[in-house]
Amino acid sequence: MRIRVAHLYPEYLNIYADRGNIAVLARRAALRGHPLEIEPVSVGDALRPGEHDLVYIGGGQDREQALIAPDLAGKAEALAEIVAGGAALLAVCGGYQLLGRGYRGRDGSGMPGTGLFPHETVAGERRMIGDVLLECELEPGARQTVAGFENHAGRTTLDPGAEPLGRVVAGFGNDGKSGFEGCRVGRALGTYLHGPLLPRNPWLADLLLSWAIAHASGTAPEPLEPLPDRLEGIAHDVAAGRARARGGRF
Amino acid sequence: MSTRLYLECAAARTVGRLSRVAGRGGGTTLPGKLLWKLDPGAIDALAARLPYGSALVSATNGKTTTTAMAARILSTQHKLAWNSSGANLASGVASTLLAAPDAELALLEVDEAALPEILRRTKPQVVSLGNLFRDQLDRYGELEIVAERWRAAIAAMSPMTALIVNADDPVVAELAVNRRNTLRFGIDDPAHARTSLQHAADSKYCVRCGKPYAYEAAYVGHLGAYRCEACGHSRPPLDVAAHNIHLDGLAGSSFDLVTPGGIARVRLALPGLYNVYNALAAAGVAYALGTPVDEIVAGLERFTAAFGRFERIEADGREIVMLLIKNPAGANEVVRTLIDAEVPSVVVVALNDAIADGRDVSWIWDVDFEPLLERVERVIVTGERAAELGLRFLYGGLPEASLEVVDSLDQALTRGLEHVPVGGRLVVLPTYTAMLALRAIAADRGLVRPYWEQA
Repeated sequence: MRIRVAHLYPEYLNIYADRGNIAVLARRAALRGHPLEIEPVSVGDALRPGEHDLVYIGGGQDREQALIAPDLAGKAEALAEIVAGGAALLAVCGGYQLLGRGYRGRDGSGMPGTGLFPHETVAGERRMIGDVLLECELEPGARQTVAGFENHAGRTTLDPGAEPLGRVVAGFGNDGKSGFEGCRVGRALGTYLHGPLLPRNPWLADLLLSWAIAHASGTAPEPLEPLPDRLEGIAHDVAAGRARARGGRF
Repeated sequence: MSTRLYLECAAARTVGRLSRVAGRGGGTTLPGKLLWKLDPGAIDALAARLPYGSALVSATNGKTTTTAMAARILSTQHKLAWNSSGANLASGVASTLLAAPDAELALLEVDEAALPEILRRTKPQVVSLGNLFRDQLDRYGELEIVAERWRAAIAAMSPMTALIVNADDPVVAELAVNRRNTLRFGIDDPAHARTSLQHAADSKYCVRCGKPYAYEAAYVGHLGAYRCEACGHSRPPLDVAAHNIHLDGLAGSSFDLVTPGGIARVRLALPGLYNVYNALAAAGVAYALGTPVDEIVAGLERFTAAFGRFERIEADGREIVMLLIKNPAGANEVVRTLIDAEVPSVVVVALNDAIADGRDVSWIWDVDFEPLLERVERVIVTGERAAELGLRFLYGGLPEASLEVVDSLDQALTRGLEHVPVGGRLVVLPTYTAMLALRAIAADRGLVRPYWEQA
């Protein structure tokens, strides 16, 4: 099954090795016989609901994020329609912030968001930097861990009742105090974690791919055929150990 | 020297000797750490004693090599206080000044984040700013934050201080806009331009209006001859330039060095365009200090390599070539140099994640390793984060059969050498602390001397 990916602003938002996440999705799809078609969607390009099975948006430096924020705000409706239609979405770091209702800097300046995720972000005094370990249960009964790295000044507050990506075992997470990290709306996942995120958390890559395949084929999601993932497991465990030993806390 | 400073210095020197006697590494920063704790103002007093003052060199990439090149040029004229082992924080600067009581001129490599404070305290004659690339975001924060701190430091600096800036880096060049007493250096040789910016290039957007730059020529990362079609901002005219560059693989390079004081051909024993940039920065520093062009050329030609950046080590009839990698821009140039020279059949890549390496290892995904992966026969990954490197290469298309994961650096070096026939070459690409450990392993095997025993 052909999987159509929209990669938002790849030339602006690529600060934390976002292409690693794309490479992992592409290879793991190909190993299961599904070609991944990646379309860069940048400033001035249209998002066409129904024509994308997976949307990816990464993080950038403040300057690059400010350059694309107005264009992204104009894509809010299309993004909401894409996610409501059952396509998968992964937003990392800056992209995660901008898909909330907005970002407010310490100097009072603001950037509009798209409102896809029910959260708001306000810049804090100290950056939250370090290794992170999460525990997630994205499907009932299927507990998994995610190991990554965070580096953000923004404190993200989820609306009451909003679903986080996971519970923080070690590290700061959304705001350094709630004990939650990331956000989930249907098949849309947002997170601060890079590292990149997917190479050392292959189950998450496969879950996103299974959602994207379900969208492409119009069927219910089915688990993908497992891969050996020996090195992925070691990398995950080393990163998880780093988070336990030196993950950030206030 | 005041009695207090004298006593502080004596105590700190003793600690350095004890550290070496105790076998705890070089003891290069310990005395300075102590002095820095006792009295941060001691740096000001130690720097003020220098009859020819100080020259500071900072950059994301190339500061160690640039400083070492400048030392090669200037050491025939002056007794130097030079932080040759790369101890480039305030404590390292304090140690360096402390260890050289007879020095006439301080030549100091300075960490990007530490530059404002060291600049304020040493009141240098010359400051050289080479480039800004994304680097260890977990430690320095975003590139813009470093640039902003530099901007404030340069604005507060004496107008008498000579400023040397890389005109090919838009953010760095803009720090010196309209400033007098400034030398702007860069490369002018379209034959060596890249056709496109590399993946994850920094500073691609106009520093004045935010529109993308058009590049007449991009040489290393985002360094090159840029021009903004929207507002007209472009690379300023060059005072110090390299023309007619010839790259000769790992053996070195040659180029015409153009300065306001004349033109001369330089033959460098270091590979790659990035070392041409380093040579231009070093030439700028020496020129600003009044060195004639022929002495600059002679110094550059005497230069072989800076600590750990590019080393050739003989091992049982085989050659180990060690090239430091630490961030995407620097590693991309290392890969490009290897490809342009002679593609090695076996490469050992070592990734550690201590603070000096960067705790965030995501940068390995921003390096364009692919041209190397397509050509090598075997890659051995090692270090504390060997598995991450292995994933980087497998997902980058390296066949599984070509990858070996060896956790121990010592065993990885042995495995690498086993794959290389006598007369052959093993390429080793370590991050900073892995480089230190590999040097120690080589020294244990009798292959290199520890750096604190070298001249």
